[in-house]
Order: sequence, then structure tokens, then C-alpha cells
Amino acid sequence: MTKKIKLSELGSLFGGEIQALEGVKIEGDVEIDLGQTGMNPQMAYALGHETAQLAHHLINISRILGYPVDQMLGAAPAKPARLSKLIESKFSVGKIEEWKTPIQEVVLGATSSDGGTRKSTITLGGETALPYYFDSPMPHRNHITMDVFDMPINMAKAVKSNYEDVINSPAEWAKKVVRDFGADMVTIHLISTDPNIKDTSPKEAAKTVEEVLQAVDVPIVIGGSGNPEKDPAVLEKAAEAAEGERCLLASASLNLDYARIAEAAKKYNHVVLSWTQLEINAQKELNRKLMKQCGVARENILMDPTTAALGYGLDYAYTNMERIRLAGLMGDTELNFPMSSGTTNAWGARESWMVSSPLKEDSDWGPREYRGPIWEIITGLTLSLAGNDLFMMMHPTAVQVLKEITQTLYGGKESEPVNIDNWTSAVI
Amino acid sequence: MKLNSPLQVYKYLPQINCAECGDATCMAFAAHLIDRSKKLDDCPPILKNEYKKKYTELQTLLAPEIREITIGTGEHAKSIGGDDVLYRHQLTFFDPTAFAYDVWDTMPEAEFVERINKITNFRKFYVGKFLKVDMVAVRCVSGDPLKFAGAVKKASETTKLPLILCSFDPAALKAALEVVRDKNPLIYAATEKNWGEVADLALNYKVPVVLFSPDLDKLKSLALTFREMGMKDIVLDPGTYPQGKKLKETFEKFIMLRRAGIKEGQKDIAYPIMAVPLNAWLVYKDTVTASYWETVLASVFTVRYGDIMILHSLEPYAMLPEVHIRDTIYTDPRTPVKVAPGVNEVGSPTKDSPVIVTTNFALTYYTVESDLSSNKINCYLAAVDTDGIGVEAAVAGGQLTAAKINDTFQKANFDFKDKTSHGTLILPGLAARLQGDVEDVTGLRVMIGPPDSGRIPGWMEKSWPPKPK
Ligand code: SF4
Repeated sequence: MTKKIKLSELGSLFGGEIQALEGVKIEGDVEIDLGQTGMNPQMAYALGHETAQLAHHLINISRILGYPVDQMLGAAPAKPARLSKLIESKFSVGKIEEWKTPIQEVVLGATSSDGGTRKSTITLGGETALPYYFDSPMPHRNHITMDVFDMPINMAKAVKSNYEDVINSPAEWAKKVVRDFGADMVTIHLISTDPNIKDTSPKEAAKTVEEVLQAVDVPIVIGGSGNPEKDPAVLEKAAEAAEGERCLLASASLNLDYARIAEAAKKYNHVVLSWTQLEINAQKELNRKLMKQCGVARENILMDPTTAALGYGLDYAYTNMERIRLAGLMGDTELNFPMSSGTTNAWGARESWMVSSPLKEDSDWGPREYRGPIWEIITGLTLSLAGNDLFMMMHPTAVQVLKEITQTLYGGKESEPVNIDNWTSAVI
Repeated sequence: MKLNSPLQVYKYLPQINCAECGDATCMAFAAHLIDRSKKLDDCPPILKNEYKKKYTELQTLLAPEIREITIGTGEHAKSIGGDDVLYRHQLTFFDPTAFAYDVWDTMPEAEFVERINKITNFRKFYVGKFLKVDMVAVRCVSGDPLKFAGAVKKASETTKLPLILCSFDPAALKAALEVVRDKNPLIYAATEKNWGEVADLALNYKVPVVLFSPDLDKLKSLALTFREMGMKDIVLDPGTYPQGKKLKETFEKFIMLRRAGIKEGQKDIAYPIMAVPLNAWLVYKDTVTASYWETVLASVFTVRYGDIMILHSLEPYAMLPEVHIRDTIYTDPRTPVKVAPGVNEVGSPTKDSPVIVTTNFALTYYTVESDLSSNKINCYLAAVDTDGIGVEAAVAGGQLTAAKINDTFQKANFDFKDKTSHGTLILPGLAARLQGDVEDVTGLRVMIGPPDSGRIPGWMEKSWPPKPK
């Protein structure tokens, strides 16, 4: 910002004040630099922004007139030298030494050689660094289990349209998510068992689990209705029906009889999902109880520290998970378990399903059909960066995109080379 | 910053406990400097000449690990960088990622102006504030410096948002700088090839500059060279590859740079980092696919250390998640999640206005309040103390009960006979199961509102005022 004016033009610039310069001889046309070099920030501050430029002019005048302004204000920096070639250099950075404790490996599903009927199994955990970090590669990729319900439920329109043909048959529904949508696993939610909904008996619910196990050959998650009184009995019966399959029982929590669920997992060879609500200390406590008090083996525990949707508490969920993972890596053996996220919760955010914003001040929200899936994707993606391993999801597009990005960051995706050197002039 | 206890800071302060900073003691003020909730200049005495040396020393010691630089001028100027930690729970992240959306110099003028206005006016209400986007990136697609300068001029006349001038051609950058020299734009970018000329521009026009190289050795060379020439306002672009293994490498580079800057104190590369999610459009042409992937990239680099980014899609389904994920990551984890319990007026309620109940979870409370006030619904809104837990979870966990609701009104001395003509209370739809209990405990008529407060206006039309008994 260098603007030069001739000293002889100063009269017009400063009006009457130039009178004060009377008696000073100015020989020839001295150029004054009106750039900002040497401007003392405190001075500028003291004078306020509007007058800063003017103050600067005055300083320059004083300087030309021989007044020792630079001594008063601190010397102006020397004009920097232009370099003619780049300073050679090497970049390097160390690995994190504190990450010494691996996350527990947990296998879901059992094949015939291990007493189950699944065609393949899934291994979660084993990390010795934050996800996708260069410190050490992730041993297992992220996995996605898709939701299936044992009765028709309320769903956002964008979700429902994918399931209308199978909504009355959990077995068909399960087949569809594996066959058409690439689900790694299936979660059967036994919500009809809730006494306030249909009060389906544990025995009936167990039948549904059997149907799903027959319909698909991937590992499954068995979810209760969330009713703390009923869930232990339901999960117990379901566990029995699925004996030996190494299902994930969802969930044991501090506000129900977790010991009963732990017992069922031990007896029938399943994995327990240890679920707490956004509270790292509660998670430690429940994990400890499952291990010490109930005798669940380490390789049979997975954690769900709770997923809140983007814009609805994801900041807590994210940081809670990141803290849990960091604590695990740094040696807290009550927290170094793989994690699972109820990513479907993203559909509770009004941005994902409401036709338009209820607030007149907002910019247009656009079509909701596109908002919902991306809400689910970003909710899941954020938690994947915090260390989440398994995602419970609902929308097929969300599943595809989350798979694509998590597997890319994992290192499992090749692509054509892309030239990014000219993006500034790209026609898009 | 190089200090980590208030005591270390205290040594440099005047130690006179004059309280001009608003804290009773210099020690208390020192604690605020450590958690960065106050600035050194908030202490008037230390600005005096006698403390000049200590002021300067302390200022250096308090400087964040990642250099903070400012782009633009006036009230819309944005600072980026300024971070001190690798994980938000360790303190908080400062200077939210600046989002710049692009325009280009081959656009028809009407479209160009409309697009800039859309960027400038974008807003999304959230918890008592508007989420907005920050900058306009003008790209030189024409290859013609004059045309580019014309577009930049038009942009600067259309918006007050800071500008990023994007071209690898120094002649184009120079032409553009001529027209916005007083606007402190960010220039993009110096490379291995053009760095000498771009350095001249950055020095002559005194503007912040982006250095671009996917090779981190080269990137560091550029940074060292520019620093040596006297430039401090530097942004690093290690290149955002949109796909495959190269994308994974990009992710790793962001982590390496930030770790080197914060954990290892490598001053030479401790500058803000730029991501270019726009590169998603180099591989996907379909609008929805490209917008989705761009949003995915933007989210990855908002979470992991991007300080500024250049984006293309103005689709609401891209911008809404982008501003929300940024807010998610940059919200200060130290701020309370609760509002004060009590009964508050929204608008100017009369005796015929409804009385609505919600929880004191800040997110819920502000959402309900903004839904009401934005739709000009005058009413009383009760924030029940649920320990900052939302409605659904609080009903399940026993933090929202009939007794608690009754308490809230009693403590606020809210007498329904006196304040209302209808003696009616409205519960959130998600607390419907408390209806009977609340009727018994309060003796009031209890109505059930919608499960989402966004639907209160529709509910009001159908159900309010209540039919006489
Ligand atoms: S204004 Fe400065 S000197 Fe006075 S109490 Fe605060 S920190 Fe101490």
C-alpha cells in the first residue's frame, strides 16, 4: 500500500495547518511515502481508526523535518530483503508416544466353525491411534448396521419411502438392507415389546429374532424397546433364541437390570452393548460393573456413549467419544473398548425432516429430501473422527456416503489421479 | 501459549489489584488470560510506558501457538488460526473456520451479483444467534487480469465480506489488488513457481497470502522464505485432494501440520491451514453428489484443523450442515448448557396468552423461544430445572416431573388465577405421559402441545384458545 505524493502537494492535504511549517526550507520535490510501514499500532490505537491515517501523515512530515519521531515511537523495521531463491527445508513431525494401549478387539457374529450360523464375522477395535491417523494404521474398517423394526413405526418421509414394501416383515426388511443397501449387519429393534406400545411377549419377540437370523447371514444386533423394566426379559429370551451367534445385545445400562443382560450374554455367547448417556464417568462405572461384578470378558464389551444429532448436542457426543478414545489409548482399561453410535438419531433433528424452517428469519432450507441423509452422514462422520467404530443407520444414501468417506480415510479406496493444481480456473 | 499457570502470568502484571480490568485482583485477571477469556489490553495500567517491557514479553508468551491472522477490514473482518490445543476439551478452539464460497470472473454480471448476495445474506438461527458464512472467493477463470480485476471490483462493491483473490497468475492478482488494495484481501496463492512475484505483491500491498504445495517440505520452504522476507500473515494450503489415497494423505497432512505447530512448537509452520472442499467438483459433476461430497470434505476438515476453506455449493443441504458442524466443533465446551429456571415472558403476554412448559436445557429452551418469538406468539415460557437435560430424556430419567413443574411456577410466584383467564398449562408433546400427574399436582387444565416446537404455530391455530369447559 504505497502511495506517493509530492511534498509540494501537502498544502492542499492539510489545509491551514501547513502554516506551522513556515520557515522550513524544502528543497526540490521530496516524495513522502504514505504507506503504513513504521506505523506504531499503539499510536494508531490511541488516535482511533479514523485518524490513524492522518496521524501517520503527520509522523512522516515530522520525520522529513528532522524531528526524531522514530526514536519516540521505536524504529521502523528495516526494509525486508527480497530473496532470490527458496530456503531449503525438510518437514517432519513425531508420533504420539502416549498412545500405548490398544483398543480391545471385539468379534461380532460366529460362523459354523465357532458354533454359529453366520457366513462371516466382523471385527471391531484394535486401534492404537485416533482413527485414520498416520501414527499407526487402523486394523479394521468401520462397519454399518442398518435398522429393522419389528412393527411399522413413524419415520421421516425420506426414510420411509425406502421401506414401504417390507415394513410389515422384519425378515424381508433385513434381507433388503443387506442385499440392496450393503449393510454389514442388521439391527432388529424389538420395539413392539414396550408395554405402552404392543407389549409383545419376550417369546414372540424371540421368534422375530430367529426369523431375522434365518433371513440374513450377516451378524446381527438385537435391540430392546428401551423400556427398562421389560428389556432384560426380552433380551434374555432373544439371546437364548440366538444362542452361539455372537449377537450384540443392545443394551445394558445403569438404569436397568444390566446384570441380567450380562448373564444372558455370557450364557448364550453374545456381546454386550454398554450404554451410557454422554457421561464419561458413568461409562467407566458401567464398564467396570460389567467386568468386575458380572464377569463379562473384555472381548465381549462394546460401548455406546450416546449419539446426539448434529445441532442437537453433537458437540457433547463428539467430545465425550474423543475423550473416551484418548483415555483408552493412554491406558485407561475401563474405557478402551470399541464404540457404537445410534446415528439414526440424526433424524430427530428438525433440519432433517421438516418441510421448511419454522423461523421466518432463516434462509430457505431447500428440499428436505436432501437434508435428511446428509444430516445422518455428517452426524456419523463427525463421530467416526472421534473414534466410533460401528454405526447404526437408516437411510441407504447416508449409508453409501458414510461408507465411502470412512473407507477412504481408512485407506481402502483407490481413485483416478486428480489434478488439483488449477482449481482456481476450473469451470464448474 | 507458552504459559500455563496464573502464577506465571502474575509475575508480569502490575500487581496493584486496582480492579480496572473488572477482576478484583491481578491474580484473577491472570487466570482469565490463561483461559483466554480476557485480553492483556483489558488491563489499563500495563499499557503504561513503565510496564512496556513486561507488556511486550507477556504478549509474546501469551501468543497462541498457531498464528492468528486477519482477513478483510471493519466489522466483517475475520480472524483465523489462533489455536492452542489439539482437542477441544483441553480448552476450546478459537476463531471458527472461515467459510468462503466462490464466484468467478466469467459469470454474467447479474448472476455474479445474485450469488454474492446469497452468500452475504445466508443465515440460520441457532441457540440465540445466527450462523452465517464469512467470505467470498473470487476465482480467475478467464485468464484475463483485467477481467478478473473487474470482477473483484464488482464483488467489493456488492459485499462487505472479506475477499479471497484466487489465481496462480501474479499479473491477475496484481490487477485485482489494485482495485481492492484497502480491503485487506487474502491472496491465493504462492507456489514453487510463482513465489517471487507473489511475495512482491504480498509485501507491496501488505496483504495476507496463501502458500500452496502438496509437498510439505516445499510448503515449509515457502513459509520460511516468506517469513524471512518479513511476512507473518501466512496461510498454508497443503492441497485438498478430493478422493482415494490422496485424500487420506491430505487428512494426514492436516494432522501433521497442526501437531507440529501445537504439540512440537514448530513455529516455522504454525500458521492457519486452508482446505479446498470445492475440489469435490473436479470429480463429481452432478449437483447433489458433488454438494454431498463437498459437505463431507468440509466436515472432515472442520473437525480436523482446517482454519479457512473454499466451497462452491450454495445448496441449503450443503450450507446448513456446514455451518452446524462448525458450530459443533467451535462451541466453547466450558459454557453452561443450562438457562436459569423460571417463568419468562415471550413478546407481551396477556391474560389470554398460553403458558408453555419446557426444560432448562439451553438448546431446547432457545429453540422453543425462537420458534415462539419468530412466529410472534405472545406467551409465558417456563424453563423447568431438569439439570440441563432435554424433554424426552428428562421425562425418562425423572428430571422432568409434575412436582418440578409445579415448583417452577411457585418459585416464580406465578399465580394462574391472577395471570391468566384460562388456568391452562401446555406440556411438550414429548412429555405427554405427565399429563395426569400435572393435573393432579397443579389443579390446572393441562393440554399437550406438539412434539416439536416448530409446530406450535399450527397447533395454536387448531387448539388455542382452549374451548370452555
Ligand atoms: S487492571 Fe491490571 S493492574 Fe489492575 S487489577 Fe487488573 S490486572 Fe491488576
